[in-house]
This record gives sequence, C-alpha cells and structure tokens, in this order.
Amino acid sequence: MIPEILSFGEKGFGDELLMGVQFTLFIAICAYLIGIVIGLIGASAKLYGGAISRGSAGIYTTIVRSVPEVLVIIFLYFAGTRGINTLLGLVGFEPIEVNGTLAAIIVLGIVQGAYHTEVFRAAIQAVPTGQIEAGKAYGMGGLQIFRRITGPAMLPNAIPGLSNLWLIVIKDTALVAVVGNYELLSTVASAAAFTKRYMLFYLTAGLIYLVITLVSTYFIGLLESRYRRGQTRLA
Amino acid sequence: MNWTWLPEYWFLFAKGVWLTIQMLVLSMVFGLILAVPVGLVQVTGPKWLGSISKAYCTVMRGTPLLVQLWLLYFGLGSVFAAYPEIRQSMFWPILREGYFYALLSFTLNEAGYGGEIMRGAFLSVPKGELEAARAYGMSPWKVLHRVWLPRAFRNVLPTLAGETVLMLKATPLAATVTVLDIFGVVTRVRQNTYLTYEPLIAGAILYMVLTFIITRAFSHVEKQIPSRR
Repeated sequence: MIPEILSFGEKGFGDELLMGVQFTLFIAICAYLIGIVIGLIGASAKLYGGAISRGSAGIYTTIVRSVPEVLVIIFLYFAGTRGINTLLGLVGFEPIEVNGTLAAIIVLGIVQGAYHTEVFRAAIQAVPTGQIEAGKAYGMGGLQIFRRITGPAMLPNAIPGLSNLWLIVIKDTALVAVVGNYELLSTVASAAAFTKRYMLFYLTAGLIYLVITLVSTYFIGLLESRYRRGQTRLA
Repeated sequence: MNWTWLPEYWFLFAKGVWLTIQMLVLSMVFGLILAVPVGLVQVTGPKWLGSISKAYCTVMRGTPLLVQLWLLYFGLGSVFAAYPEIRQSMFWPILREGYFYALLSFTLNEAGYGGEIMRGAFLSVPKGELEAARAYGMSPWKVLHRVWLPRAFRNVLPTLAGETVLMLKATPLAATVTVLDIFGVVTRVRQNTYLTYEPLIAGAILYMVLTFIITRAFSHVEKQIPSRR
C-alpha cells in the first residue's frame, strides 16, 4: 500500500522522513520547555517586577507577538549565529558553524516564551488574591508561595493556553524550513525537489503533522481532565 | 547600521505593503464567507455534512500553513503544469502565479480556523432568541440572516481582531512562493545589498504598524456596535 518511494532502506525516503520527524519533535519539545522557563520569568517580571523589568518584558512580548514568526526566526537565526561567533572571537577562538538544530530550538523558544508569558500572566492573575495573602500571612517567601500556592492553583487556568502553544510550536517548527534544517518539512522539501513527486511528499508531510497534532490533542485531553478534577465544568 | 539602500527601495516596499494588505483583506473576506457555512453545518443540518466540515477544520488547524501552501504551489502546481490543456488555457497566467496559490491556501486555512470560531459563535446565541424568531413565523433562512448570523457575528468581533493579526503574521509565507509582499521585498533587499539586519528591521516595523492599525480599527468598530453588558 505504501509507495516504494516512501519505504525504508536504500530505495525510499522512509528513514529520512523518520529522522525528520525525530528532529521536529526534538526541536518542538526543547523549544517548548525553553518557552515555559522564559514565560515564567516573563510573567513574574510583568506581575511583580519593577519599572525596568516590567517595561522590558512588555517590549519583548509586544515585538515578538506582533512581528511575523518568520521574520523573528530569520533575525534571531543570523543574530544568534553572529552573536555566538563574536563572543568566541572575543576570547580568541575561530568562528564556528552554529548547529542549525540548536539555533532553531533557541529561536523558537524565544518566540514561544512571549506567548507563554501571556498565558502564565493571565493564569496567575486568576488566582484569588486572598490565597496569596494567606500564604504571606503564614510567613512564606516569594518562591515558597509560588511553589505551594500560585503554581498549583494557576495550572488548571494555564492548561488550555499551554496546550494551544504546544500545537502551535509543532506547526512553527515547519517555519524553520525557511532557513534550512533537518526537520520534517525541510527533509520533505528536498526529497520532493529531488524526486519531483511534490504532491506525494507534501501530502505525506501534512499527514504526519496531522497525526502528531491528533495524538497530542488526545493526551492533552487526558491531562486537562486530570488537572481539572474537582472543578466545575466550564461551558 | 546602513540605511543608504532605503531611497532606492522604498517604492518596492510601498508595493509590498499594498500586496500584503491585499492578501490579508482578500483571504480574510473569502475565508470568513466560507467559514459561515463551515461553522453552521456543524451546529445544525445533516450530521454527515457536519462531520465533513469538522474534519476539514481539524486538518486545516492540525497542519502547518506552510505545508498547505507548498502542497498547493508545488504539488497542485506541478499537476496543473503536466496538462497541456491547462497550460494553454486562459487561466494559466493566473495558475502560474505564486500569488494565486498563496491567496488560495490562506483563504482555505482561514475557513478552517474561522469555521471553528463561527461554530462557537452560533452556539453562543441564546436559544430563546431563535425560538422567538421562529414563533414570529420566520423561515429558517430568515432566522439565519435576521437573527442568528448578526448576533453570532457581534459575539465574534473581538476574536476576529486577533484572527486578523494572526493572518497578517501568516502572509509573509507567501514570499516563499515568489510573492513580493513586505517579506518578499525584505528578502530581495537582503540579497541585493548583502545586509543582514536592516531590511529585516524595516520589515518588522512595517508589520508592527499594520498590527497596530488592525487592533485600532477593530476596537473602533466594536465601539460603534451597541451592546448591553
């Protein structure tokens, strides 16, 4: 049933596509985790920070969220590569070829971070102030309050946004194909151009992305019902 | 920073802005026109039609827009090119252009996202209003265009602003299929001048200005519409 050209081994592109899927998932997972870290920092800067950290977090989220991802990706791709090489030059090393996958992860992580910031900010704001005040009254420190009260309490609020962002980052990995890489869409694009079987390869790519999103949606549903347990159902 | 290229290329940038706005408006308008039936049949009407449109939304929302665009441009384009009848027909000048495929894929994509939004909007209209309309003896069609659709559209306006900004941010993908929109011009300037950052910054500023205008325009429209809160 599967055409020979998509089979595994010498004759087909099966292995290459599988490698592409692995790269895509790897880039997506790492970028997502970086995005969560940046998001938590950004959200606390926006909510609890002074004028400077609040302002810079605001500029960061505004720019990243209003400029198309492709532009941000290309900009950071070149800026990041040059920045690392400048740093290396300062300490007297030869310039290196920055690993495309690493660059993709960092770039997508920075893009994701802006959206995560907004998700976490909204989720934290939805936690009743009384609970946080109660924590303070018990003499808890900032981190302790986050770990014991704000963190667990905001998680159910954040999960719809977080799951959306996971689906977005999977689709955003495809944008890295514009600067060339080893992820799924780049692999498919070069295989399609090589064999001239454009329709077949792009349909396959679409199908693979669809499977990834559908499987993700299924697990997100399980996760959401777990974290929403004991709460009234929304809408 | 080197901005000496600006006098030479500003006209190209102006054309690029125009092309971006054109793609944005056309794909939003056509996409939303398609989105109304896509959303409606999921709420009412025969079940099989509803499942088809639900599957359509899932596919459009579950795959990257870039894959959809390249599938149409390279895939469908190469199929079209294989038939001499199509190549010699009067439509070929259109079917050859990346602009056509960009517009097509943006429209179909927007129909998927918009269909999901419209589905929710149709559901959010209180049942009593529809029953009242029916009680007045309106035909189903009249209920739709006098009560259901206007009410659903009003509910959807705030979401629509965000949706338009998302579409604006998707339009630069058209540059990968040879369209000279803002991002296409940025790429051209970068290739001609060997500058890395300056054209990108210029493009980013243009997109930010457009985003600002869109959000302002929508909040203005929202204020015009009377609502009871």
